[in-house]
Amino acid sequence: MVKLRVNGEERAYDGDPAMPLLWYLRDELALTGTKFGCGVAACGACTVHLNGEAVRACATAMADVDGQAITTIEGLSPDGNHPVQKAWRAINVPQCGYCQAGQIMQAAALLQQTPQPSDEEIDASMQGNICRCGTYQRIRAAIKAAARGAA
Amino acid sequence: MTDLRIEKPSRRLLLQGAAAGGFLLALRVPPARAVEDAPKPKFGADAMPHGVVNDPLVFVSIAPDGIVTIICHRAEMGQGVRTGMPMIIADELEADWSKVRIEQAPGDEIRYGNQDTDGSRSTRHFLQPMRECGAAARQMLEAAAAKRWGVPAEQVSARNHQLVHAGTNRSLGYGEVAAEAAKLPVPKPETLKLKEASAFRYIGKGELPIVDGFDITTGRARYGQDTVLPGMLFAVVARPPVFGGTVEAVDDSAALKVPGVVKVVRLEGTPPPAKFLPLGGVAVIARNTWAAMQGREALKITWKDGPNASYDSDAYRAAITETARKPAKVLRKEGDLDGAMAKAAKKIEAEYYAPHLAHATMEPPAATVRIADGKVECWTSAQSPYSVRGELSERLKVPMENVSVHIELLGGGFGRKSKCDYAIEAGLLSKAMDGKPVKVVWTREDDIQNGYYHTVQANKLEAGLDADGKAVGWMHRSVFPTIVSIFAPDPKQGAGFEVGMGLYDTPFAIPNMRIENGAAEAHTRIGWFRSVINIPHIFAAHSFVGEMAHAAGRDPKDYLLELIGPARIVDLPVGKDSTEFWNYNEDPRKYPIDTGRLRKVVELAAEKAEWGRKLPPRHGLGIAAHRSFVTYVATVVEVAVDEQGNLSVPRVDVAIDCGFFVNPERVRSQVEGACVMGMSLATKSAITYKQGRVVQSNYTDYEVSRIDDAPRDVRVHIVPAGLDVPPSGVGEPGLPVFAPALCNAIFAATGKRIRELPIGTQLKA
Repeated sequence: MVKLRVNGEERAYDGDPAMPLLWYLRDELALTGTKFGCGVAACGACTVHLNGEAVRACATAMADVDGQAITTIEGLSPDGNHPVQKAWRAINVPQCGYCQAGQIMQAAALLQQTPQPSDEEIDASMQGNICRCGTYQRIRAAIKAAARGAA
Repeated sequence: MTDLRIEKPSRRLLLQGAAAGGFLLALRVPPARAVEDAPKPKFGADAMPHGVVNDPLVFVSIAPDGIVTIICHRAEMGQGVRTGMPMIIADELEADWSKVRIEQAPGDEIRYGNQDTDGSRSTRHFLQPMRECGAAARQMLEAAAAKRWGVPAEQVSARNHQLVHAGTNRSLGYGEVAAEAAKLPVPKPETLKLKEASAFRYIGKGELPIVDGFDITTGRARYGQDTVLPGMLFAVVARPPVFGGTVEAVDDSAALKVPGVVKVVRLEGTPPPAKFLPLGGVAVIARNTWAAMQGREALKITWKDGPNASYDSDAYRAAITETARKPAKVLRKEGDLDGAMAKAAKKIEAEYYAPHLAHATMEPPAATVRIADGKVECWTSAQSPYSVRGELSERLKVPMENVSVHIELLGGGFGRKSKCDYAIEAGLLSKAMDGKPVKVVWTREDDIQNGYYHTVQANKLEAGLDADGKAVGWMHRSVFPTIVSIFAPDPKQGAGFEVGMGLYDTPFAIPNMRIENGAAEAHTRIGWFRSVINIPHIFAAHSFVGEMAHAAGRDPKDYLLELIGPARIVDLPVGKDSTEFWNYNEDPRKYPIDTGRLRKVVELAAEKAEWGRKLPPRHGLGIAAHRSFVTYVATVVEVAVDEQGNLSVPRVDVAIDCGFFVNPERVRSQVEGACVMGMSLATKSAITYKQGRVVQSNYTDYEVSRIDDAPRDVRVHIVPAGLDVPPSGVGEPGLPVFAPALCNAIFAATGKRIRELPIGTQLKA
């Protein structure tokens, strides 16, 4: 039995301990904000916070989250107004939007650790998150806006 | 691009379609334009199946509290259509945007008009009908208020969600008269008072945030992958690794032992040409996606590979390159090329190659189908919902009126989601499970290895220059397997709509020209990819323009302008055959090739990029320009190539003339994105085959640009246009020019000429 907290709620899971957290969130809890993009931690669409750190849910086994706290995009802020979310909307970052939950979770973790990131720090933190629509320059601008508290 | 199946709707279906909406406004049979026996005109929206609908009772409903609900009938895949289309209606309606809600239409072209969201057509085809729709609704509200007050309708005007009587200053909210307004006759198009452009509140401003911004940033937005239904089962499919292959034998005993696996189902494939039908294979149905994936791992399948088992990209490349060296089918001839080449002071030639590409949408294909009480319901992300409905009806043998298709957001489309094989799979699997809801999930590996691929292409170009370096001869020959191969048995040549993208339609003012297309066979599913065959044609043609400028010792931008020649209309024989001018199926009188507009974007991009500016060492500027989807784009790329051969793109300037535009904010975002996708295909992405199988499997080996290697600063310069300049495509035309502009920049920076995509490690040698 795996016990964990998801967005502040206590949960218990007794299925295949090798199942990635991604499928638990999406298929068992219907928390579909966390997206399936690649299944091999190569695109970042499934990024969630594990005890505050950005991790790829598709490559995190349920056995490894026993006793841990998970935050998904649905739990990032109670009213959807985390500074990163606000900056994303102010700059109209999304196109199709599918990768953006992962981008936002990654960016929120970056700003938590590095409140005023340089371009190089943004590159290093965000390069694991693919956006096929190509919104990268707006992602960079939105991270900087959130860092400034501009949004 | 092509919709080869056109439904012949019954009168019953018309009524059914109208009733399905269930909105506040009265029911009404759709207007004459959508009715079945209307003659099929030739161009533009009218040439598309089911044309356009401009009926406000179809698209607009107003609740008593004044909330306006506007239907978006086109699919949202990031291009901004759910913001743009409703914005047009809201503007003519004089609606307060904060009181507007958007609802996505299900697949129903009888009711809504054409819904096939591709070809960069939404604004081009629906600006006018959506304006008419909004204006008609506004006039109905005005008439209803006038009736209430007993005053002439001319004395009532709608302004920002209020109806005001000029004489008495009385006012009413929209919600207060909506029910009465809905009972009034819809004004005839000729009586509509459309706004002047200067009166637009939203159109042309780019000030409204995208309508799905909040849902996307909070994880509430629903995509095809996100459908959740009670009792839903999850399926993944093992598909033949070789196109056209079949299952010879399957041992599913281990798969059935995987906890959570419910059933293993054989899916029959269809021998090519199979259009949008599934590839077939073996499906594993389970209680969650992970169990289905584990079950698939445990299948032991013996495949019968069939005739494409020897498809090998190296060998194929050698073959089409050889074909491109020989005379081929002549599509277009101007002057006397051979004579001009014989007399030319200088002759140059070059060969270019571009590989297959996969769309690799961030959301892999997915669809959910449920069958209950003889009714089929589908939830998916698809570009052409009505095709999905038609296919489900046909494959499941259920009448159209008993099939409904709900369109969720598309996590990227790029042409992949015009082909609905995944939704048909879901339908067949739901049927196999006695109608239980089944969600088919494609994994990334499935997407990369079982897709519809952008064609692979070899190009040969030759040019003759006179003693002054002026071009006197142009020969462009391309060879590629055609998209038509998914629709028809064994076509050998490019179709009119393919050669019309950057080959036949060259606008250059060169007196002697020959355009040719060689024969090639398809060994995989070829499908359209954002901007389609413009990509390899323009990579080749505009890289070659750079080579010609160099041979002539001229500035590349000046030389490009000289090739384009004076401002004029390029007059070509119009038609759909490959020896005719396809023109994106638009009327050439409305959308001619106007070299004046092409010159203007070249000049604007060059000016904004400060063409000729002093650059740091190992930096270079490159330019390319092209008209595609009847829009004109010129791009200047600045590249930096370090001593180790690593390239980066610090800045891009793009000038776009897309005629009248609705939402410049989304025009800019589309062009920014096109540059990133252009960077991906120019530098990294390729699908290759060995023994009939796709070599790549995921983003690890089918690479696309990431934040650290994407163009850093894309500046988009939109040519202003009034309503007299018809709107043209935006989603696609930013893409084809990027690769040649980049490669011309690399030549300027390093002297190295790239003739093969992707660039990969070529600069490292």
